[in-house]
Amino acid sequence: MIKDTEILVIGAGPAGLAAASAAAFLGASVLICERDDAPGGQLVKQTHKFFGSEKQYAGDRGIYIGRRLTGAVRENPQIELMTNATVLGIYDDGIVTVLHDNRHLKIRPQKTIVATGAAEKFLAFPGNDLPGIYGAGAVQTLMNVAGVRPAERVLMVGAGNIGLIVTYQLLQAGVQVAGVIEAAPKIGGYLVHASKIRRAGVPILTRHTVCEAFGTDQLEGVRICRLDDQGQKIPGSEETVACDTLCLAVGLTPLTELCWQAGCEMAWIRELSGHVPIVDENLETSVPGLYAAGDVSGIEEASSAMVEGRLAGLAAAGSLGYRPEQAKEEILAARAELAELRSGPTGGKIMAGLARMREAGKTKGGVFVC
Amino acid sequence: MLIETGIPTAEDLQSVTPPAGRLARGAVAIAECFQKIPCNPCTRACPRHAIRIEPDINETPQIDYEACTGCGACIARCPGLAIFVVDMTYSDSEALVMLAFEFLPVPEAGQLACGLDREGKELGWFPVVRVVSGGKENKTYTVSLAVPRELAMEVRNIRAGGYQNGKQNG
Ligand SMILES: Cc1cc2nc3c(=O)[nH]c(=O)nc-3n(C[C@H](O)[C@H](O)[C@H](O)COP(=O)(O)OP(=O)(O)OC[C@H]3O[C@@H](n4cnc5c(N)ncnc54)[C@H](O)[C@@H]3O)c2cc1C
Ligand code: SF4
Ligand code: SF4
Repeated sequence: MIKDTEILVIGAGPAGLAAASAAAFLGASVLICERDDAPGGQLVKQTHKFFGSEKQYAGDRGIYIGRRLTGAVRENPQIELMTNATVLGIYDDGIVTVLHDNRHLKIRPQKTIVATGAAEKFLAFPGNDLPGIYGAGAVQTLMNVAGVRPAERVLMVGAGNIGLIVTYQLLQAGVQVAGVIEAAPKIGGYLVHASKIRRAGVPILTRHTVCEAFGTDQLEGVRICRLDDQGQKIPGSEETVACDTLCLAVGLTPLTELCWQAGCEMAWIRELSGHVPIVDENLETSVPGLYAAGDVSGIEEASSAMVEGRLAGLAAAGSLGYRPEQAKEEILAARAELAELRSGPTGGKIMAGLARMREAGKTKGGVFVC
Repeated sequence: MLIETGIPTAEDLQSVTPPAGRLARGAVAIAECFQKIPCNPCTRACPRHAIRIEPDINETPQIDYEACTGCGACIARCPGLAIFVVDMTYSDSEALVMLAFEFLPVPEAGQLACGLDREGKELGWFPVVRVVSGGKENKTYTVSLAVPRELAMEVRNIRAGGYQNGKQNG
């Protein structure tokens, strides 16, 4: 049997939830498919207070933002939320296949919004397959979702926001953190987060990297070394850090398999952290009726993911003919909000990335108007 | 350098320290928030509208020290835990430092807590004067600590646990 829906949203993170609410607000009916057993995306493990604008609930803890977005979706009779529902493929004939509770499902949406978020990057070094080496997302899930203390003593790799925040959450869980090492000469995450863990006694070592991890049956320690101005290892600078866990927070990359498979035109944009679908200003990809919002179209923040989701939801519902005037107005408001969020130095990188993505769209002969 | 270590320099701190005359008049907020980031919850947290982030959300916060009463309402709201209130007039020899705290166990008023500087180094044991919960969803505690005046600009954290009961020695 084929299930029909007006708008299909793939992923129930901040982008997907905001997209569903916005589309339903204009009158469309929406189905959300989420592969996890609970909605919320990254927000379910973010126990810290969020940055961003008050308009996107900044200052509130991520978990509560997630609950609020989920609550709004659940209360809305126009929206159906399906969990344990992994979208497998998007096909030319408009059919989307889903694995739901071990059953194969076919969905025929009129519009689709991909909001699948991101995947963690890993790092290559000798010994990186030892038990005790985790991605930051796994450590966060153990601590903040399962309530398990993941380690005794951790070395964190990466001083971006994720590395800094997860370090802080490890300290809160009573875990010792030996230090945070970062290959770049500067701390990449927000300095208030860095100062917060430094005040708790955790050293942050920039220009440092992992040489190797060692241990018999499980991780016992890590050899680290300093890097010179060219990023080359400085001979003789090696040190050993004893730890039972090495946590890698070396970045995220957009989870774009569905976009590739659907045939979207893609571009590799460093500032957006990987391959991204080329989208227009309504976040529609080169495949008509297929939109991409949130981290899947460039690693950014929950605040911008929510606004992007809203924008895609409005555009998709508007194009189905729902309250076009209102849609137009709300779309302009969402675009203005995105522009404000991206107006500072941290947003500069995203703006540069988006400009390059649009350029890539033009050179590929697309019809992308900026 | 702050951007390499997470520790603000003397110049960084100078740029956010209220004038001596204002400090001498009593409690006042200090935002140790030095980087342009898209963040602004502190502006709404202040009932006296003493914190401004203008013209746009990426500016660093500016505190109007004349309008600020040092009430401390902004401390728990800041996601960076970057706002402190210092009251140099607390007693003849002590200043009160109010700071955000998000660890367990939470100290109780009357106990002594180990004060830490911006590098996490121990500065001594100081009496906890007040502990205020940020509420069910906010969950950040605001801890007020009585510290020797000369440490008012140094104490910026406390160690979680190990609190001692009773009066400060010496
Ligand atoms: C440690 C950490 C701290 C952060 N702190 C902040 C912060 O302070 N402020 C801030 O603004 N942002 C913060 N972020 C970033 C923020 O969490 C993300 O930018 C945001 O969650 C992205 O939203 P999204 O909806 O695009 O993706 P996600 O939240 O990743 O959601 C994607 C969802 O799609 C689902 N999915 C994926 N593939 C499929 C499929 N095939 N079928 C069905 N479902 C699928 C996933 O299970 C997931 O639920 C932080 C992130 C981390 C990791
Ligand atoms: S201490 Fe009180 S008055 Fe001063 S800035 Fe903070 S909230 Fe406003
Ligand atoms: S809320 Fe805190 S981190 Fe955010 S701008 Fe204000 S002082 Fe800085």
